[in-house]
Amino acid sequence: MYKLEKRPNPSNLWAYLTPFLALIATMIAGGIMFWMLGKPPVDAIRTIFWDPLFNEQFAAYSRPQLLVKAAPLILIAIGLSIGFKAGVWNIGAEGQYVIGALCGAAVALAAYPLEAWWIFPAMVTAGAVGGFIWAMIPAILKIKLGTNEILVSLMLVYVALELLSSMSVGVLRNPDGNGFPGSRNLQQYASAHNAEIWQGSSVHWGVVAAFSAVVLAYVLMSKHRLGFQIKLAGAAPKAARFAGVNPHVITAVCLGISGALAGMAGMFEVAGPAGQVSIDFASGYGFTAIIVAFLGRLNPWGILAAGLLMSLTYIGGELAQFIIGLPASAISAFQGMLLFFLLAGELLVNYRIRRAAPRTVKEAV
Amino acid sequence: MTPPLLTLTGLTKSYPGVVANEDVSLTIAHGEVHALLGENGAGKSTLVKMIYGLVTPDAGQMVLNGKAFSPDKPSAARTAGIAMVFQHFSLFGALSVAENIALGMENPPKMRALAQQISKVSDQFGLPLDPSRIVGDLSAGERQRVEIIRCLLQDPKLLIMDEPTSVLTPQEVDILFETLRKLRDAGTSILYISHKLEEIRALCDTATVLRRGNNVGTCVPRDTSARDMAELMVGTRLHDPERRDRPKGATVLDVKNLSAASHSAFGTSLKDVSLSVCKGEILGIGGVAGNGQDELLAALSGEIRTKRGMISLDGRDVGHLPPTSRRALGTLSAPEERLGHAAAPDMSLMENAFLSAATRKALTSLGFANWGKTRGYADEIIARFDVRTPNNQVAARALSGGNLQKFVVGREILQDPDVLVVNQPTWGVDASAAAAIRQALLDMADAGKAVVVISQDLDELLEITDRFCALNEGRLSASVPTTELSVEKIGLMLGGAHDLETANV
Repeated sequence: MYKLEKRPNPSNLWAYLTPFLALIATMIAGGIMFWMLGKPPVDAIRTIFWDPLFNEQFAAYSRPQLLVKAAPLILIAIGLSIGFKAGVWNIGAEGQYVIGALCGAAVALAAYPLEAWWIFPAMVTAGAVGGFIWAMIPAILKIKLGTNEILVSLMLVYVALELLSSMSVGVLRNPDGNGFPGSRNLQQYASAHNAEIWQGSSVHWGVVAAFSAVVLAYVLMSKHRLGFQIKLAGAAPKAARFAGVNPHVITAVCLGISGALAGMAGMFEVAGPAGQVSIDFASGYGFTAIIVAFLGRLNPWGILAAGLLMSLTYIGGELAQFIIGLPASAISAFQGMLLFFLLAGELLVNYRIRRAAPRTVKEAV
Repeated sequence: MTPPLLTLTGLTKSYPGVVANEDVSLTIAHGEVHALLGENGAGKSTLVKMIYGLVTPDAGQMVLNGKAFSPDKPSAARTAGIAMVFQHFSLFGALSVAENIALGMENPPKMRALAQQISKVSDQFGLPLDPSRIVGDLSAGERQRVEIIRCLLQDPKLLIMDEPTSVLTPQEVDILFETLRKLRDAGTSILYISHKLEEIRALCDTATVLRRGNNVGTCVPRDTSARDMAELMVGTRLHDPERRDRPKGATVLDVKNLSAASHSAFGTSLKDVSLSVCKGEILGIGGVAGNGQDELLAALSGEIRTKRGMISLDGRDVGHLPPTSRRALGTLSAPEERLGHAAAPDMSLMENAFLSAATRKALTSLGFANWGKTRGYADEIIARFDVRTPNNQVAARALSGGNLQKFVVGREILQDPDVLVVNQPTWGVDASAAAAIRQALLDMADAGKAVVVISQDLDELLEITDRFCALNEGRLSASVPTTELSVEKIGLMLGGAHDLETANV
């Protein structure tokens, strides 16, 4: 007989060890799944984790892609992690990401074809404000009416997606586009293009923003009183009230920060790698960022690593589809396994497994 | 002479890291009220759980009525004639008394027959109780009667009662004692667990004292002074808190016609509460749990904001201010629920020191936490209040209740408040630590500070407070100087005592 026993103190060792164990377990279980699909498991795993970085043929293309894919994931996940620490569950980052992109693009398209230095900063601001406002809807409803922010923020994703479709065939459609849906390509508009900062590095302003967000979130959460209050509100709501933390303020701050960061991520994407507002602009970054936030144990540095890892599985997954013909859904299942094992491993941080002689202690009836 | 009802010999039970009971022996005679006395953590609960079949001893024997007895589950103990009334009731509020009792029976009789049995037993032993009433409407004392009657219907040889008076008013305690004496006279033995010495002296024939899992002595309570028993229980000589006469200063905290709704759906709203406390004075607020204590503390700490004009501090209107501003102005508080309210369970002691002391101890600059200074403050609390912990990085949930209480009370006192409000300051704390906390509160008053002590421990209130008032259903009685009080008078002030009369047999 084995039983779980709550540790008096959370284990630091296991907190650092579980992400690695989860990764190994995912490789094993994923390998078995690939094998059952009739694909060579070792090759598949190597294609996902190794080839994007070191394969002579593909690495030159994949390696820069790593940062391009990781940046929005990290930027969104940092915002989400702050809310998750406080027990404010913003599930609708995808919607805030889309609205941010729409607002940022709208500023650029309104200014077109003017070339001016202020256009790009104005787009960044508009993206952040758009995401912020979209996230304030669940915040205000929660504060005023006590609605559940999980449901409201999630539902608003679908509203945002409808808006995206409507915009890309309506107001924001490229007037010179021969009737095709989609806006002008911002990559061809110098003042609005979120271009590479150094030639060939693939580092665009979104990457800079993501790294800055990691550092700022770290400072906020471990050095600042507001970060302490956010953690306290999540860990012990009653104690937070005793300490003088206003739960409404925390709800608004957390949803606001995560919405603004998701909005910025959307704007960097639409002005850079994506280039234009189009019906299929939303690619699920907002949802994957939830996984990234937990994979990084809601810690900024952990999220940085997790974002890069998740981006690697994306790029590697595409390579595996391309080279060995793995189905896309198998890649999604593989990513799901990673989260599953990580959350399962979490148990070991707070509990330990003990061998118990059968029937020693029974709890009171 | 007939053999004793129950003999325990050399019972030992250890858990990882602690020996809960070590070589404990005791004898309970037929028709005896036997007290089991000891501090929290002395091993009382483990011992009775072994008798009741919830825990299997590692070593030792039990002999019941001359036969070896080793229950492996509570139903085996019940079949052998042992019944137990737990400190926490297991009743369904939506069901009637009779339905609740039927639920606990293996073969419940028809509801009408059961109701008759219940009425008969309740008449016989002076436990007024209507079998058709809904449990949700009953007072704590009445609920306890449901549990007792449930036990008595099994016709037990031995009735175990775990801290039965902790939820009762003095009058309800008297009714309970009357019942227990009748039971004893009818031949039932009672094992009575408590740490309240006066009760044991009033009720029990024999007392066994446990300390750190060992049986440290048996005495006849009637012939032993409360002080001697307490010293046996604690193992050291107790220092009574020193109480000096002190001049009363100007009024600091003034509450006028305070009405406020509770945060919790099951809480008690405060209704028209007025009180005032002067410098150098300790005001005691008594009352049975759940009568608005948490809400009163919350209103004073700022967790519940009130309308303007209801609470003033040094003549300044503060009722609408949040906790942080109240702290800055000098009102500090220590809530009853240590884990989860006064302290965040998963955060370290350092972070918990920051939790309430950040403002007053200036642990931040420009909003940034100064963790070095915070660590220093946590260490100061740990040293000054003798908190037993390896260091300040330990999570609050890892501390024992008493140690965490010392930390929480110490955290507030060392911030040098002008007004300190504490709820249940020594609940679950061992006697020497409780004495230290009470002394610290008295020292605060000596230093000219105002202290409000909310407590359910009447002895504590009588010992340290200058004036006393009682909370009942969210209303506060007028205050009375403590020196003019007797326990009986307090009981009447608590007022919540419904149906004070014992049933006439």
